[in-house]
Amino acid sequence: MTPAGVGVLVETDAIGTLLVSQEALTFARDLAGGRPVHAVVAGPLDAGVRDTLLAQLGEQGVTALHHATDDRLSTYSAAAWATSVVDVVTRTASCALVAAGTPRGNEVLAHAAARLGVAMAANVLTVEQPDPLVVSRQVVGGAVLEEMRLDDPVAVLSVAGHALDPTPAASPTEPEVVTFAPTLSAADLVARVVRTEEGVPDESAALASARVVVGAGRGAGGADGFKDLISLTELIGGALGVSRVVTSLGWRPHHEQVGQTGSRIMPDVYIPCGISGAIQHWAGCSSAKTILAINTDPEAPMVTRAHYAVIGDLHEIVPAINDEIRRRRG
Amino acid sequence: MANVLVCVKRVPEASGQILLTDDEQSVDARHVGWTVSAHEEAAVELATQVVAATGGSATVVTVGSSDAVEQLRNALAVGCDSAVLVEADTTAYGPADVAAAIADVVRAHEADGNAYDLVLLGNDAADTGDFQVGIRLASTLGRPVVTGISTCAVADGVVVARGEGPDGTEVFELPLPAVVAVMEGGVAPRYPSIPGRMKAKRAPIETVVPQRVPTGSGRVRWKLPPPQPSSVEVLGTGPEAAPAVVDLLERLGVVSR
Repeated sequence: MTPAGVGVLVETDAIGTLLVSQEALTFARDLAGGRPVHAVVAGPLDAGVRDTLLAQLGEQGVTALHHATDDRLSTYSAAAWATSVVDVVTRTASCALVAAGTPRGNEVLAHAAARLGVAMAANVLTVEQPDPLVVSRQVVGGAVLEEMRLDDPVAVLSVAGHALDPTPAASPTEPEVVTFAPTLSAADLVARVVRTEEGVPDESAALASARVVVGAGRGAGGADGFKDLISLTELIGGALGVSRVVTSLGWRPHHEQVGQTGSRIMPDVYIPCGISGAIQHWAGCSSAKTILAINTDPEAPMVTRAHYAVIGDLHEIVPAINDEIRRRRG
Repeated sequence: MANVLVCVKRVPEASGQILLTDDEQSVDARHVGWTVSAHEEAAVELATQVVAATGGSATVVTVGSSDAVEQLRNALAVGCDSAVLVEADTTAYGPADVAAAIADVVRAHEADGNAYDLVLLGNDAADTGDFQVGIRLASTLGRPVVTGISTCAVADGVVVARGEGPDGTEVFELPLPAVVAVMEGGVAPRYPSIPGRMKAKRAPIETVVPQRVPTGSGRVRWKLPPPQPSSVEVLGTGPEAAPAVVDLLERLGVVSR
C-alpha cells in the first residue's frame, strides 16, 4: 500500500507557480518526510505555464500533479477548487492538505476543512512536533505565535507567506500528470467570479514582487507628502508601499498597503520612511533582505529592527537622496 | 428589504506592546483596552448601508463574555437596530464552535419569523486569525459564501460583492440568503453620533446561552516571538546622510555605480 501522502494546493500565474506556492511545497515535502507529495491545480493551464509548472514541481520533489479540468473552472470559485482538492485528498488517502496562506489558499482550505469535518490552521510557520502533529502559527497579526494541535485524520494548514525559503528537493522528480474531472456540484459554482473589472490593474501584485520598495507612513504628513518618495521609487526602479494609517486616512489607495491586512513584501531592499513599525506593518515587511529606515525617532521599532537607519525628517532626507542620485548620474 | 446579521468579536487592542496571560492562552488586555477588528468595523458599516438601501434591519451578534456588550453597543451606536450576545466562556471555542453558535442564532431567529438574508463577518479575527468562521457558518447553513470582500450591495434577491483578486477587482453575484466575509478598505466606518450613542445605551440586548459543548481550538499555548537584538547601523542624521545612503544603495546594487 502506498503510504499516505500530503496534498498541496498550488496557485499559478501567467508564468508558473507562485513563489508562495513553492514555499508551501517545500513545507509539505518536509512534512511528508519521504512520503508522496500530490500537487493540485484547478482550472485551465496554457502549455507554456504547464511546462514551467512541471519543472518547478519536479524541482520541489513532487510525486504527481493532479490537474482538475472542467470548463466551469475557467473562473475562480473557492467551493469548486475545494471540491478539486478534497477529491485528490480522498483518492490519494492523504493525511495532510497544505496551501500558501494567500487569500485564495486560506479560502479554499477553509471550505475543504469544513467538508472534511476537520480543524484548519492558518498561517503556519513551523512544525513543532511531528506526531501527534503540533504546528506553530501566526496569531494577533504576527505579534504572537500559537502552538496548535492538528490531530484530525487530515491535517489542514496554510503556510504563512515568506516564512521559509523554497528549497529544491535533494533528488528532483518527474511528476506524473493526473488529469481528472472534479465532482463539482451546482452549489460549488454559485459563488463564482462572474467578472473581473477592467481598468483596475493589480498594482498590489507588483508591490508584492518588487525588488525594491520605498515605504511611507504617518511621517509623510498628508496626501500631498508623497512627491519626493515617488521620485525616489522612480529613480531606483522600486514600488511604493504604505502603512495602514496612510490608507485609513485616505492619503493613498488600499492596494499600496503593506502589512497584516495588506501585501506581504519580500524585496531585496526596503526603505521605510516615517513608519514607526507597528506589528501589523512588520508582519508584511519582515522578509525584506535589507531594511534602511528613515525616521525622526531613533527608538521607533522600525529603526531598532532595521539593518541601517538615518535619523531625521523624511521631507529633508529623501529630496537630498534624490539629488545625490541625480548628481552621481550626472 | 434585506435583513442583515453582522458578526463582531471583542478583541484586545494590539497596536502597542503585547503581554500574555499567565495561562498562555490569550493576550493580557487588562491595560490595553478592547476593540473589534478593522474588517468587522467595515462589515458593520456595510450592514447599515445595505439596510439603509433596502429598508430592512441590521442585527449585530457576538459570541463572548458579558463584557462584549460594549462592542455590541458600539455597533448599535453606528446604526445596527438590535443586538444578540451569545454568552459563553470562549476560551475552549475553536472557529467551528463559533460558527455553530452563530448558526444556532440564525436558525432560532428564522424560526421566530426573523430570517436573515445576508450574514456579514470580518474576513479573519484580529486575535486568533483563523480565516474560516464565515465559511464554516455558510457550510452549516447550506448557503453560498465569499470572503475577502471590500464592498457589497443587495438588489432583487442577489448580493453583488466586490473584492480584490490577483487580476483586478473580482465581482460575485450570490443569490440570497448568503454569507459574505469582509476585508477593510472598501468602506470607511462611520463615527457614532450623540443620538446614536444615547439610543445604543438604552437598547435591550438579547442574551442567549449556548447549549452545545465546544469541540475546541487545538490551542496548546501562545508565546511571544523571541526579541531580536537591535543591530542597526545609523548612517547619519538629516540630509547630510544622503551620500552615505547612496553609497549603501550602490553597494546593494539598487543604484548603479
